[in-house]
Amino acid sequence: MLVLLFILFGAMAIGCALAVVAQRNPLYSAISLIGVFISLACLYVTLAAPFIAAVQVIVYAGAIMVLVVFVIMLLNVEEEEHRRPRLRFLVPAAVALAGVLIAEVAFILVSVQQSPVLPGSSTSDVGLTQSIGSALFTRYLLPFEITSILLLMAIVGAMTLARRGGLLQSRDQVKRGELR
Amino acid sequence: MEPQLSWYLALSAVLFTIGMAGVIIKRNVIAMFMCIELMLNAVNLTFVAFASFFHDVTGQLFVFIVMTVAAAEAAVGLGIIIAIFRNRETLDVDEASILKL
Amino acid sequence: METNLLSIIIFAPLAGAAINWLIGRRVRNERFVATVACGSVAISTIVAFYLAFNSHGALRTEEPLFDHIWTWLHVGDFRADFALAMDRLSGTYALFITFIGFLIHVFAAGYMHGEDGYYRFFAYLNLFMFAMLTLVLADNFVLMFVGWEGVGLCSYLLIGYYTNRKEAGDAAKKAFITNRIGDWGFVLGIMLMFLLTGSVSFFANPAAGEAAQTALSYFKTAPVDPFTFSAIFAGGATSVAMLLFIGATGKSAQIPLYVWLPDAMAGPTPVSALIHAATMVTAGVYMIVRCSEIFVHAPTAMFIVAIIGAATALFAATIGLAQNDIKKVLAYSTISQLGYMFLACGVGAFVAAIFHVITHAFFKALLFLGSGSVIHGMHHEQDMRRMGGLKKYMPITFATMLTGWLAISGVPIFAGFFSKDEILWKTWSAAGMGSFAKVLWAIGAITAFLTAIYMTRMMVMTFWGEERFRNVQPIHHEHEEKNNHHGPVVPHESPWSMTIPLIVLAVLSTVGGFIGVPYAFVNRDVNVIEHTLEPAIAKMPGSETTEHTDEHAVVSTADEHAHVGEERLLAGVSVAIALLGLGLGWVLFQRRPLMQMPRILENKYYVDEIYDKALIGPIETGSREGLWKIFDIGVIDGSLHALGDAVTELGRLARWLQAGFVRAYAAIILVGALILIGVFAYFGFPLAR
Repeated sequence: MLVLLFILFGAMAIGCALAVVAQRNPLYSAISLIGVFISLACLYVTLAAPFIAAVQVIVYAGAIMVLVVFVIMLLNVEEEEHRRPRLRFLVPAAVALAGVLIAEVAFILVSVQQSPVLPGSSTSDVGLTQSIGSALFTRYLLPFEITSILLLMAIVGAMTLARRGGLLQSRDQVKRGELR
Repeated sequence: MEPQLSWYLALSAVLFTIGMAGVIIKRNVIAMFMCIELMLNAVNLTFVAFASFFHDVTGQLFVFIVMTVAAAEAAVGLGIIIAIFRNRETLDVDEASILKL
Repeated sequence: METNLLSIIIFAPLAGAAINWLIGRRVRNERFVATVACGSVAISTIVAFYLAFNSHGALRTEEPLFDHIWTWLHVGDFRADFALAMDRLSGTYALFITFIGFLIHVFAAGYMHGEDGYYRFFAYLNLFMFAMLTLVLADNFVLMFVGWEGVGLCSYLLIGYYTNRKEAGDAAKKAFITNRIGDWGFVLGIMLMFLLTGSVSFFANPAAGEAAQTALSYFKTAPVDPFTFSAIFAGGATSVAMLLFIGATGKSAQIPLYVWLPDAMAGPTPVSALIHAATMVTAGVYMIVRCSEIFVHAPTAMFIVAIIGAATALFAATIGLAQNDIKKVLAYSTISQLGYMFLACGVGAFVAAIFHVITHAFFKALLFLGSGSVIHGMHHEQDMRRMGGLKKYMPITFATMLTGWLAISGVPIFAGFFSKDEILWKTWSAAGMGSFAKVLWAIGAITAFLTAIYMTRMMVMTFWGEERFRNVQPIHHEHEEKNNHHGPVVPHESPWSMTIPLIVLAVLSTVGGFIGVPYAFVNRDVNVIEHTLEPAIAKMPGSETTEHTDEHAVVSTADEHAHVGEERLLAGVSVAIALLGLGLGWVLFQRRPLMQMPRILENKYYVDEIYDKALIGPIETGSREGLWKIFDIGVIDGSLHALGDAVTELGRLARWLQAGFVRAYAAIILVGALILIGVFAYFGFPLAR
């Protein structure tokens, strides 16, 4: 049963991922990426991580991708033009490098498979919200706080970047007395 | 038969690879950004799989933090993209190639 | 016997050179410079005479005088010190070198008057005296070679003294390079000798603690080399002798390395007199006589020496017949007379060779200085075709040159007669060469005949006849002078500073021969020079007893009488030849002084041109095309350029990596990451087993 679910959601994830890369229109890529997120969330559920699955959908699919779609619409992005002559070699190069990476991972996995590892059962009480919460606020408090500062930096950065005229212009404007 | 840890890891590797290839292949900045997100998610999958199989919540906490960072990065990154677009009127990353020898 | 006075002989001129160079250049007073220069040589002369003739002097005792100045090279068995040694041979040489050098210095003080580089001239001249005396007084081959090179250097400096004339610089270079070619042979000879004998010293000097046998004494007890051609390459005495002889050919202007001497006439006349007549060119003869022990054990070498000497004598005499520049005539005459000296060495008559060196120094210096006086009086005109009738304008010069002329032609009682006749007699009677000796004698006799003719031609063209300098000549004037006279020059006699040395040398040319009167002439044993030099010179092996008794025994055997009679007869023949030549020349040239001589002789058999085409041309082409273009530019520069280009290419390739495209950067980062993962995956996994 779990195997079937794994295969189903795995295939969906891979298919949507390929669609992200293959699509010319960035909007279609965005939609495909949402598909990837949903399928990954389902996989998290099968891995006994319901909280993470929910957060995945809320944050990634619901917030980040919405933001991306906003930007795409704002900038009125169109389909990619035809490939320019230069740098065409990168496409086959990327595919080749991808192959190399897959090969290396396969080698690693095959080597590890031979070492004894306890196959754990999928059901456990690790992923419950309660356990995450208690670990987050006791053992991992420091990363939590630092992450909040990180978010603060992101806010400041985003605001600075999105200001009309950019950074330098505002400084000149302040000098000239146009802005206070 | 249950899904093995290595299956999850393999899936994660494949997703990561696809995202990596996409970063190199795509010319649209936003598309490139999305492929980076894909890579981050593949890593998330790895963490969750390990957390599940080793009965340790640390993996999932990592995912939590990663997601936060991804969100922050998305905000700032999209801001940069908008700034680039304002300057160049195009989202083709090949146009931004002044920093060279 | 040790004495410190010997070093004065060589260091006085060196000090004179230093003073003139450092102080004379500032002071710029001709009197000062001349006094220092002549004074230093005078000191050398006085000390040399004292050391030679005092009661323990070099010419009185059998033991040489030593002066060990400084231990220079002392490595194991090899010892070559800065040490002087005056024995009979080097004492004789030192005497006439210093004395004639002194006379020439006095002459030059007057001749070079008004020159801008007056101090420079005398500094170089003194330096030359230092080098020449070192050469002659050295007690080992290496120090002699130092002197050898030193005189070559000074010759270069002095020939090229007129720095504003290209032909002077070219002549200087030619002299130096040709000498160098000879030096190659000399050095190889020294090395081979060291290999054979383990020493490079001439004497066993007890003061220097030398107990081993010297280079020359080794050969004394060695067997005589066979008289074959292959002995030259056998690595024994003959090889050493041949190599040393190559050095002598260069320095003493024999075939094939004589070509520098005529060109060297581009230097000032005192230089020609001192260096290229009296002293430097005789260094080769000195060296051979010093190494007589080696040569007498190498009959093949002596044979070749004799042949080359005779050939050179004849060859140069024919060329001298056709030259129009007064100095060139004397130059070829010098080469010819040097040929005589080598001929003498070749037949084993070393004493005769030295005797001729001395008399030749007297009359050749006289002739050169006389020609210098003529040139000076004619305001630096050197072409004899524009002289004539000078005897009434320059009487003293004329009178002195008269004696020189008679001396070189071999007229009796003058010096040249005795020495030249001695050589011819010894050639005729040479043992070990059979009838070939007669052939050599014939060559010598013909040369004597030609000598008389061309010297007469020179004298007649210069001093007798129509005063051609009064006409405007259509001949192109080659020399560019300081004084460009438009119109006829009026010759004048030279000042006393120039005529007094001429007079002294004339006296010596007249009476100088009497030190070597052979027994045969006066039936008495008064051959001073033979007695003096005997201890220093090797005897031909096998003739130890016979030669000694030949001349001095009063026993009258038929053989004895025949010898003496033969000698007198040959002397008579020599006189006849000399007078004939004089007469013929007088008759021919008195009538037609400007008679055109055969062109081939005038152009010196085109030897210089042949050398140019055959030797110098290929070397130049080889250097230019091969060494320069192919090796220097192609290989050396090429490899450096290639290195630079390689780095540039590498940079060009590396620049591709940074084209500014973000995706390319990402791909490169990926490649790096994959390599890292691969390395860790492959090598790190044994940990997991």
